[in-house]
Amino acid sequence: MTDFLTTDGLERVRAEQLLDLAQGFVEVLERPVPKVPALRGKTVALLFFENSTRTRMSFEKAAKALSADTLNFSAGGSSLSKGESLKDTTMTIKAMGPHLMVVRHSAVGAPWRVSEWTGLPVVNAGDGAHQHPTQALLDALTARQRFGTVDGLRVAIVGDVRHSRVARSNVALFSTLGAAVTLVAPRTLLPADLDGWPVDVAHGIDDVLEDVDIVYLLRIQQERGGGEVFPSISEYVGRFGLTRERARRMKPEAVVMHPGPMNRGVEISPAVADGTRSLVTTQVGNGIAVRMAVLLDCLSSQAKSSIA
Amino acid sequence: MTILLSGGLVVSGGDASISDVLIDGGRVALIGPDLPVEADEVIDCAGRWVGPGFVDLHVHLREPGQEWKEDIASGTRAAAAGGYTTVVAMPNTAPPIDAGHLARYVVDRGAEAGSARVLPAGCITLGRAGVGLAHFDDLREAGVHLFTDDGDAVADAGVLRRAMEYLGEIGAVVAQHAEDPGLARGGHMHEGAVSARLGLAGLPSLAEEAIVARDLLLVELTGCSYHVQHVSTAGAVALVAEAKQAGLPVTAEVAPHHVALDHTLVESMDPVAKMYPPLRTPGDVAALQQGLIDGTIDCVATDHAPHSAHEKDVPFEEAPRGIIGLETAAAVINTCVSLEPVTFFERMSVAPGAITGQRLGQLSVGGPADIVVFDPEAEWTPSAFVSRSANSPWLGRPLRGTVVATLYAGAVTHRKSSP
Repeated sequence: MTDFLTTDGLERVRAEQLLDLAQGFVEVLERPVPKVPALRGKTVALLFFENSTRTRMSFEKAAKALSADTLNFSAGGSSLSKGESLKDTTMTIKAMGPHLMVVRHSAVGAPWRVSEWTGLPVVNAGDGAHQHPTQALLDALTARQRFGTVDGLRVAIVGDVRHSRVARSNVALFSTLGAAVTLVAPRTLLPADLDGWPVDVAHGIDDVLEDVDIVYLLRIQQERGGGEVFPSISEYVGRFGLTRERARRMKPEAVVMHPGPMNRGVEISPAVADGTRSLVTTQVGNGIAVRMAVLLDCLSSQAKSSIA
Repeated sequence: MTILLSGGLVVSGGDASISDVLIDGGRVALIGPDLPVEADEVIDCAGRWVGPGFVDLHVHLREPGQEWKEDIASGTRAAAAGGYTTVVAMPNTAPPIDAGHLARYVVDRGAEAGSARVLPAGCITLGRAGVGLAHFDDLREAGVHLFTDDGDAVADAGVLRRAMEYLGEIGAVVAQHAEDPGLARGGHMHEGAVSARLGLAGLPSLAEEAIVARDLLLVELTGCSYHVQHVSTAGAVALVAEAKQAGLPVTAEVAPHHVALDHTLVESMDPVAKMYPPLRTPGDVAALQQGLIDGTIDCVATDHAPHSAHEKDVPFEEAPRGIIGLETAAAVINTCVSLEPVTFFERMSVAPGAITGQRLGQLSVGGPADIVVFDPEAEWTPSAFVSRSANSPWLGRPLRGTVVATLYAGAVTHRKSSP
């Protein structure tokens, strides 16, 4: 039994094994009865201390496709609003007997704390601006399906890298798998210190558009426009938005990915979101398979060391 | 009641020599080698350093208002256990110490507790709100010498200028928690490679340096004595050095954790690594050590900041800032910075004693018997604390140097239990 908390330091061979396992589950999910008995009798607790719909549903579907039972917790209307501490809430749910916890929390490191407190295997479903490792795995799976391998791909990650757990997880995993990653953002949306990051940096999408295999767009939170980090949404779109005209200049086989939810007309134009380059719905489907692989791996007694 | 401290390396008046110290009635009666005297009690100090009790310019005793974390009685017992005989209590209590009657309450509670001398610091602004000036004369009459809004900087340069003009005139010291609120906004740790990787918002070094640089211009303008609290960056050390070179009335303190630990400790995401100013880079740590050795930094001050276990047992971003320090400070400095005995006591006792405005931190015949007996070689691993709180990164980490005994006004306030 083991945790799955981060892609930072995840070994390439382990990542490839998880992707292989997930690819197998993609095929399971296409069967008439898309279900296997691998985790029958196990209970997976889904602890979503931060609002989420798609990720929670994806984990729930993954657990059920493995025949596990689920316990659902979401922050709204819970005892958290009555002032209960994270530790007390977590230990209360542990007392209900789950075998694994999936944790999303707005604070960096919360899943690590839950792991220490409970001693249960914990899967990080997103902690603050830190990590969202199953998102990175599903993105890598999507890229691998399309291009055969991630090795040698050129990937541009565009948008609010500073506040993005998706960006951190993807930079680590894609570079581990051999891709060349370029971050594309104004300086105000980049981490203050990129020392040690295996990336190049560009300050406009036009600088990289014609060279990359994947344009990976991050969600721009509309409320950030006009605030401290960039002057306005229209200026952002002017330099970083993936418009229809820009999409035409991409390499013929190049694709567009987005972790969702999308802001149409901001980081991505509607025509591109719905166009032939877009892999957005493929990503969502792959999310279930990847999470099945992670849940099974974390609960498998053969695994002796932590994945990461 | 007489006590003889026999055969230690006695540090007094800038010298160190093997001597005895005779204490009589709360005062130092005699200092000299092989004193031919009888005493009610003899403490063998061979192989130990005997010097003036440590003086801490920066402790949070949490009383009034947050006694579940610490109170003046428990905090001064912790001080005694760490070799301290004088502590300056920060005024960011609830309510804040912005008027004389509140400062008197701190003084009285300290006197009742009796484990160490408690000097109250006073607020610079009313309610620490950063706007109106606190009751300076009233606080001064109640014994306040150091004024600070610690926990926050006085960010408004106009307000600080007026405070410096007023306090400079009455001979008090303005002490600054140097952290520009705009540059530090939302930050949880040092802004650098570690914060970038963890996705935690950072407090840049510039947040400290911008305030220190600005304040030094105000010192030049007003002539007020200025003390930089918990210096944490190489740039701030350089600014202080330059100001001292120019002859400005500037002093600086450093916290033990800032000369011992760097921001990589936050990789554990354990809230015990969270304090403001934050742990910075190895380069900053080296500059702070050098500043402490060469005297650019006048003294060590703990920034002892107790929090209960349940308050710290949360995710890093949600944790309150601060760690305790009184019981480990001397050992941390002794472990991490090589100081000769005379310099060690200069930074731990003499210099901070002078900054209190009361000539404390001296060991001399006729003076108060505020004394610490320190064993610089003994190794130990902190496992429990006298303080009401235990939020310390030193739990379970081996340190070198133990406080064998502490005497405050001639009374033994701490005695290391024999192994």
